Amino acid sequence: MKMLPDDRPGEPGIVFRLAVVGAVPLVLGLAFIGAAGWFSPHRLTQSTLMNTFQAVDGLHPGFRRNHAKGMCVTGWFESSGQAMHLSRATLFGPVRSPVIGRFALAGGMPYQNDAPAKVRSMALRIMPPDGAEWRMGINDIPVFPVRNVSEFNTFTLATRPDPRTGKPDPARMGAFVTTHPETAQAIALIKSRPITSGFANDTYNSLDSFLFVSPNGTTTPVRWAMVPEQARQQSEPRPDETHDGRDYLFTDLIAALARAPLRWHLMITPAEPGDPVADPALPWPSSRPQIDAGVLTLNAAESEDGGPCTNFTYDPLVLPSGITPSDDPIPAARSAAYARSLTLRSGEHKPPGAITPAMIRPGEKT
Amino acid sequence: MSTSIRFSGLARILHWLMAVMILTMLFVGVFMATTTGPAYYTLLSLHRPLGIAILLLALVRLTNRLLVPPPSLPDTMPPLQKAAALGSHVLLYALMIAMPLIGWGMLSAGNYPVIMWGGFHLPPILPHNPVLFATLRHLHTWLAILLFATILLHLAAALLHALILRDSVWPSMVSFRRTERDLP
Ligand code: HEM
Ligand code: HEM
Repeated sequence: MKMLPDDRPGEPGIVFRLAVVGAVPLVLGLAFIGAAGWFSPHRLTQSTLMNTFQAVDGLHPGFRRNHAKGMCVTGWFESSGQAMHLSRATLFGPVRSPVIGRFALAGGMPYQNDAPAKVRSMALRIMPPDGAEWRMGINDIPVFPVRNVSEFNTFTLATRPDPRTGKPDPARMGAFVTTHPETAQAIALIKSRPITSGFANDTYNSLDSFLFVSPNGTTTPVRWAMVPEQARQQSEPRPDETHDGRDYLFTDLIAALARAPLRWHLMITPAEPGDPVADPALPWPSSRPQIDAGVLTLNAAESEDGGPCTNFTYDPLVLPSGITPSDDPIPAARSAAYARSLTLRSGEHKPPGAITPAMIRPGEKT
Repeated sequence: MSTSIRFSGLARILHWLMAVMILTMLFVGVFMATTTGPAYYTLLSLHRPLGIAILLLALVRLTNRLLVPPPSLPDTMPPLQKAAALGSHVLLYALMIAMPLIGWGMLSAGNYPVIMWGGFHLPPILPHNPVLFATLRHLHTWLAILLFATILLHLAAALLHALILRDSVWPSMVSFRRTERDLP
């Protein structure tokens, strides 16, 4: 074995040089685990959010960590051409884009009973022929209750059931609402929204703001809504305690789709200067003009089990060229959380959901 | 093995360019996978095309490595050390090709569009399959950790050659000065 070379005069000694050999990789290693958050226990990560959902709703392997109870639908979107000057996304052009959608109830409990005031959602994957697809998940409330993901996490944790009563502790929620006046205002708006009889005649809102990029590069902040053609009927009280009624929102939708296709108009609201783009808890003035960008037609229902809406996620940042994120901080948090939820559920065995293929088959058109 | 004392110019340029790119990818990766802030989207939008660029450069580099023999390791190195050096280099090549392919493959299996920039997408390279998606997503993490650990060892070994052994290994990749000994 060769002897180590001698120290050269005027250069640091062997001990120092050996220390450098060890220290450089060590520092790089520490920086790496630092980037991964090991020294920042309070960083709000994807895992924080998954743990929060589990604390509130329990663990339901194989199901979405939020909006767990749902059903697939399919159809198409046909543009009116009226949004083409606002966004260069090809689906606003003269094409017909197939759609894979999902209706769901908010919350992580896959077998929760349907009830009139529970938050309902529509999720869409609009797939124009050139592959520039647009994914969205939109809800039937007028505003989001919080402004950012850290508030979302605290707010959601405040709704977790108290182990003694099995119900959310009103004191916890009260404490959050008193310190967050914008949440108090948002909840008031949410509580006073008109409640329709079902999924089919409901309006779903983007809540979050995005930027539309026009063919010449101008950006416009927008929000949008899917507004039903189906007549709006106020909800009649329904006996949701009976076994028949526990899935009534979904069975009604299955029946409606079996009768005739359902249609919604994609109504785009461009912001005007001063509108709160970065804050999904604040509404925009109701006087804003809207643009009817096209018609969504849904004509078939399928169970989540074996259906086409299960093995991917409605990541709100899967956007076509022509739509980009705005200063609204929520979509990035959703994108990160949906990816983690998809990873977890994809690796788990999923038991049958509440809305089974057998519930749909009798009503399915052939 | 060859009698030249340095790696070819292309090999040295690719080595240092890719060192920066791969370390950037590793740091960006672990940070974005633990953040729910707006940086998540920005970093992931950078991560995809940068990772595919690494794949393309790695293929050029592998071809160059096979065509232009690298300088031989000094005779002062015991055979076991030479084997370890060769093994770690094979592992580094394997990982810098596997990591981007797994990234691309997992997005394909998870039914995500593989967006590069603007309207430019890559086609899926694997069928949509949830189990495959979950498996590849975890593999992407574990192989990234293995890649980083191998890079740390590689770096420590290089510094050992530079500061302690003072043999021809460090200048063979680091020196960019032209010397007569470059000439055949
Ligand atoms: C930071 C806030 C939010 C978090 C952490 C969050 C989290 C989640 C998660 C983990 C899922 C399940 C994803 C999957 O496994 O595929 C989900 C689904 C969903 N979320 Fe959110 N969400 C947030 C805000 C919102 C907002 C603002 C909206 C509406 C505008 C929304 C609408 C939806 C919809 C519609 C679904 C169901 C998609 C489907 O049917 O598959 N979420 N959310
Ligand atoms: C040399 C190439 C690459 C390296 C070193 C690398 C490294 C990483 C690392 C360290 C992570 C974080 C893993 C974790 O902490 O769980 C990550 C995540 C990820 N990478 Fe890569 N990656 C590479 C190439 C790619 C490519 C080419 C793509 C896609 C085209 C890709 C897509 C992703 C995605 C989608 C995530 C996960 C984001 C999330 O979970 O929210 N990667 N990568």
